[in-house]
Amino acid sequence: MRGVRHYPGFLAITVLCLVVLYAPLLVIMAYSFNGSTSITSWGGFSLRWYADVFTGPESARFGQAAWNSLTIAVIAASLSTMIATAAAVAMVRGGAFRGKRATFALINVPLMVPEIVTAVATLIFFAMIGLTTGYLTVLIAHVTFCIPFAYLPIAARLQGIEGHYEQAARDLYASRWQAFRLILLPLLAPGVVSGLLLAFIISLDDFIITNFVKGAGMETLPTAIFGSVKQGIKPNIMAISTLMLAVSVLFVTLSYLINRKGRRSP
Amino acid sequence: MSDAIEIRRVVKRYGTFTALHGVSLAIRDNEFFTLLGPSGCGKTTLLRMIAGFEDVTQGEILLFGQNIAGLEPDRRPVNTVFQNYALFPHMSVLDNVAFGLKMKGVAADARRARAGRMLEMVHLSAFADRLPSQLSGGQQQRVALARALAPEPRVLLLDEPLSALDLKLRQAMRVELKQLQEDTGITFIFVTHDQEEALTMSDRIAVMSAGHVQQIGTAREIYEAPVNRFVADFIGETNLLEVEVASVAGGQARVVLPGGQALTCPSASDTLGRHALSIRPERLSLVEAGGDLKATVERVVYLGTDLQLLTRLEGGAEMQVRVQNSARARVPQPGDRLGLRIEEGAARLLAD
Repeated sequence: MRGVRHYPGFLAITVLCLVVLYAPLLVIMAYSFNGSTSITSWGGFSLRWYADVFTGPESARFGQAAWNSLTIAVIAASLSTMIATAAAVAMVRGGAFRGKRATFALINVPLMVPEIVTAVATLIFFAMIGLTTGYLTVLIAHVTFCIPFAYLPIAARLQGIEGHYEQAARDLYASRWQAFRLILLPLLAPGVVSGLLLAFIISLDDFIITNFVKGAGMETLPTAIFGSVKQGIKPNIMAISTLMLAVSVLFVTLSYLINRKGRRSP
Repeated sequence: MSDAIEIRRVVKRYGTFTALHGVSLAIRDNEFFTLLGPSGCGKTTLLRMIAGFEDVTQGEILLFGQNIAGLEPDRRPVNTVFQNYALFPHMSVLDNVAFGLKMKGVAADARRARAGRMLEMVHLSAFADRLPSQLSGGQQQRVALARALAPEPRVLLLDEPLSALDLKLRQAMRVELKQLQEDTGITFIFVTHDQEEALTMSDRIAVMSAGHVQQIGTAREIYEAPVNRFVADFIGETNLLEVEVASVAGGQARVVLPGGQALTCPSASDTLGRHALSIRPERLSLVEAGGDLKATVERVVYLGTDLQLLTRLEGGAEMQVRVQNSARARVPQPGDRLGLRIEEGAARLLAD
């Protein structure tokens, strides 16, 4: 059988895709080290824009936004992972129950609904129940949309764990809770950590929904960057973007490594 | 002897499918009891009901007189050796064996000591700190045994525990299991589809089929005196013939075989008409002349210790004969016309 590389045009299409995907990132990373104030001409290597991010005129604004992003991501990822774990155990281990298919759809459909629709719907919902938009509404929205992302790796991992382990634990005098905590949870851990990191990243870089439900005065890092860019792109934005990219890559890599390690041992 | 377990008219239904049709049986204390049957006969379902993994649709399960049908698995003083062992992969062998004791609240020192003794019993002391994945199949199986025995259950349930092992290991484990049962004095309930396993280890066997218990008895009883066609056919090999009972007098029936040959055999009932007759191949012998039946040899299969002869009775029915291989005797050839002698009492009329 011929390998995929023998198809005509394979190389050209691959290169094109890679360029379209990664060239902008490479440009941003390179220009974040630009010594010039221009964003188009190279003025030698410098860390001035990284210094500007932490000490410059916009540093207080970005600092507050980064703090908001980070705390919301940590809390939203933790809560959504707990909910997703409970949901996965119910769906995979709960046997047959009425409305199981509907529940499955309810958990997964948010992945397919256009984000703008969710954003508008969430905003209308908060307005209807009279909740003032701000930190809390952003947090609630993030917990909600992170659940399906956390659910996927957890449910996948759980499907690979045989039910006999929990039965053996119950047989050896463990209560339901003990069987879950001492047997199932340690076996499930790689999936849970993976779900947690995924949810964290999804929350950290969400823009559309956050922008709708954040209210005036409250910023997360993505909305702060967007606000700043509206007044023209300055090189400090490239430095911030590069920092965020680094954090994302770090977490995705961690998630991958943990999942792989978990899969190797049965 | 008291009963360890009494199953009373237990029914199990899954939706419209009935897995067990009102099964009743009693298992004595200190007994090695085997549930034997083909897959889908309900034996594993019954075992899982005793363990508490399946609800009882109807009926009662008594453990030393107490109805346990509604109890959660962790409230039942029974432990299970699972078919695929289900050793906890993230725990050391010692922690696996000590798990039940830990859940029962036994202090750390005491449970480590007991788990150590259990590992000694199954000859795995050297492997206490390993993970289950670092052991061979046979070793894992012995860890599973030690783990299930460590909390001193009153009844040990074994769900086809030998089926994943190769033949030599399986045969060695049979002897070890029986020895273990005698040493510990714990009631063993063993589920298997392998009749040889059942016959070699069990004090008593319940033969099951299609959700019914067909017969309960010692290995000798179910082999020598099968109550029906299913048991006769499932346990060992047998010749099953459709016969006509012509007359019964003084406990002896006159039966006519297909093809017209007739013979006399013991009968418990007076019913005439069509019946099944079972004759084990090794209870037949060859004679040059005379005998109870006349037959022609069709094929001879050399089995080493034995010869298996496929013969055809005059008038049509096939009859298998098994004779010991001996250097002195002449080996029959296809086409030989011989007499078959049936051992006293070996032809058995079956109820259905």
